[in-house]
Amino acid sequence: MKLATACAVLLIVGATATAQAQDPNLARNLAATCANCHGTDGQAVGGMETLAGMPAERIVKKVTDYRSGELPATIMHQIAKGYTDEQIRLIADYFAARK
Amino acid sequence: MLNRREFLKSAGATAAAGALGAGFAGSAIAAPAGGHVVVIGGGYGGATAAKYLRMWSEGKVKVTLVERQKQFISCPISNLVVNGARQLSDITVSYDGLKGRGVEIVHGEVTAIDVAKRRVKLADGTALDYDRLLVSPGIDFLPEEVGGLAGNEEQIPHAWKAGPQTVLLRKQLEDMKDGGVFALHIPKAPYRCPPGPYERACVVADYLMNHKPKSKVLVLDANPDIQSKKGLFLQSFNGRYKDMIEYRPDSALRSVDATTRTAELEFDKIRADVLNVLPPMRAGRIVDQLGVALLNERWVDIEWLSMEAKGAPNVHVVGDAIFPAPTMPKSGHMANQHAKVAAAAILNLLAGQAPNPDPLVMNTCYSFVDATNAMHVASVHRYSAEKKTLLPVEGSGGVSTAASELEGKYALAWSRNIWADMLT
Ligand SMILES: Cc1cc2nc3c(=O)[nH]c(=O)nc-3n(C[C@H](O)[C@H](O)[C@H](O)COP(=O)(O)OP(=O)(O)OC[C@H]3O[C@@H](n4cnc5c(N)ncnc54)[C@H](O)[C@@H]3O)c2cc1C
Ligand code: HEC
Repeated sequence: MKLATACAVLLIVGATATAQAQDPNLARNLAATCANCHGTDGQAVGGMETLAGMPAERIVKKVTDYRSGELPATIMHQIAKGYTDEQIRLIADYFAARK
Repeated sequence: MLNRREFLKSAGATAAAGALGAGFAGSAIAAPAGGHVVVIGGGYGGATAAKYLRMWSEGKVKVTLVERQKQFISCPISNLVVNGARQLSDITVSYDGLKGRGVEIVHGEVTAIDVAKRRVKLADGTALDYDRLLVSPGIDFLPEEVGGLAGNEEQIPHAWKAGPQTVLLRKQLEDMKDGGVFALHIPKAPYRCPPGPYERACVVADYLMNHKPKSKVLVLDANPDIQSKKGLFLQSFNGRYKDMIEYRPDSALRSVDATTRTAELEFDKIRADVLNVLPPMRAGRIVDQLGVALLNERWVDIEWLSMEAKGAPNVHVVGDAIFPAPTMPKSGHMANQHAKVAAAAILNLLAGQAPNPDPLVMNTCYSFVDATNAMHVASVHRYSAEKKTLLPVEGSGGVSTAASELEGKYALAWSRNIWADMLT
């Protein structure tokens, strides 16, 4: 049952990825989903980590470690599980390029 | 040859027909196109959209924001004003930051929308023409569905739009005698902010425990169960507030008596010292101007790739006013995320390109259980081309294990960052 649902999700995601060319601003759009906490373009205004200018490798490592449970977190482990590796890579590169 | 307006119009019609991709330019990043977007409502959805339209178009798109209030006052954190830990000034933010972004701000009331002419009218007679319209009017109340409630919001406050109502509820709570009853009524879902009423019950109980410990908090829920973070709220209801909060499910309100502050349920009558009734809710009434049928007669049905209202071309609707995707809450965080999807889609459409075919949004709602400890619920939703809606990503999201001081700090940091993300 669980497997069947997982397959269905893969199918849906697969279809989305191939049916349409990727939006040229996908990285920007995905990174904007983090801004509510980490600030516009990753510039936090206090109490949360600034992601702008952080090396991409560091962002990828942190987020994947949150996802695997290696790095303890209050919330990032639950958020990280909503993004694919490719999406995290796009987001990391986008923030790394911000000042 | 088509002029720009006609071209944009036909592009919009194509998107509405669902034939995305056809008739749009290729996937190279196009130079941001110009155009005029009018935004109705400067709350969580509208302010975010106005800012991101200006920022992402590098100032090329003209944005006019119409908002009836002179300042933004946040519903999130307003329960801490009711608790007494915060003042109204702590949750009030000026619109000057948006002006700095080049957003034209008009303080007024939109009274009419002409979808065919692409024109909105304000109460003072001003008319604004748009290429695309973004509507984020939040909710309006349906007090007439509870006998005796309409027109009595001074005696029976809702405090479900932040501002004078918040201050009024705080005042009533301060004036209540020790040993009094604070009754809170929750309408049937969907309503604005699923965990919000339970947060309010907790932070009101926190204040009473410290100042009027003989008092009671009675939660009259029209729903069969707690609507969000149930396990976590029960930790508080059955823990610290065991002798103060009484939770009653299936307690739909029939009518109220404003002079005696009495709530009449199907089998019971309750006299309260403070009666806080959240009336049934619907999309902000301005959406009636779109000429489309509302789902359940309350919420706007939209296309998720562009956030365009079905049946109202060139009109994008976001925030509490829409009929949500499965498990998607009506929250400020979500309104902000809708607004970014809509802003990206509007800029693509103005440039003659299809909207992003793979949008993703995420939500977090923090709730305080007292003045310092908070907990969260989080979720991530991705577009499904098959279902044509946003669906929760399997395995993502979840809730805190328990309320904590650390999450109380993160909740306040969230509020500062989201206010900056929408208003500076
Ligand atoms: C007590 C409480 C606590 C909450 N806590 C949280 C929380 O912790 N986290 C969270 O994410 N969400 C929370 N919410 C929910 C959040 O407030 C809403 O989901 C959010 O405000 C929705 O954004 P919106 O843009 O749809 O509407 P709003 O933010 O309400 O914005 C609508 C704006 O449109 C204006 N407007 C409407 N019609 C017109 C018109 N005709 N002309 C001119 N202006 C108009 C209004 O004045 C208003 O400013 C809470 C809500 C409450 C009540
Ligand atoms: C609801 C608020 C919230 C959102 C949204 C959010 N984060 Fe976080 N983030 C946090 C918190 C809180 C922490 C601290 C770890 C914890 O307790 O979860 C954190 C920590 C991090 C860190 C570690 C920073 C450091 O140097 O220690 C990274 C990297 C990060 N987040 C990336 C992201 C990315 C990428 C996104 C968007 C996909 C995102 N976050 C969205 C709240 C958020």
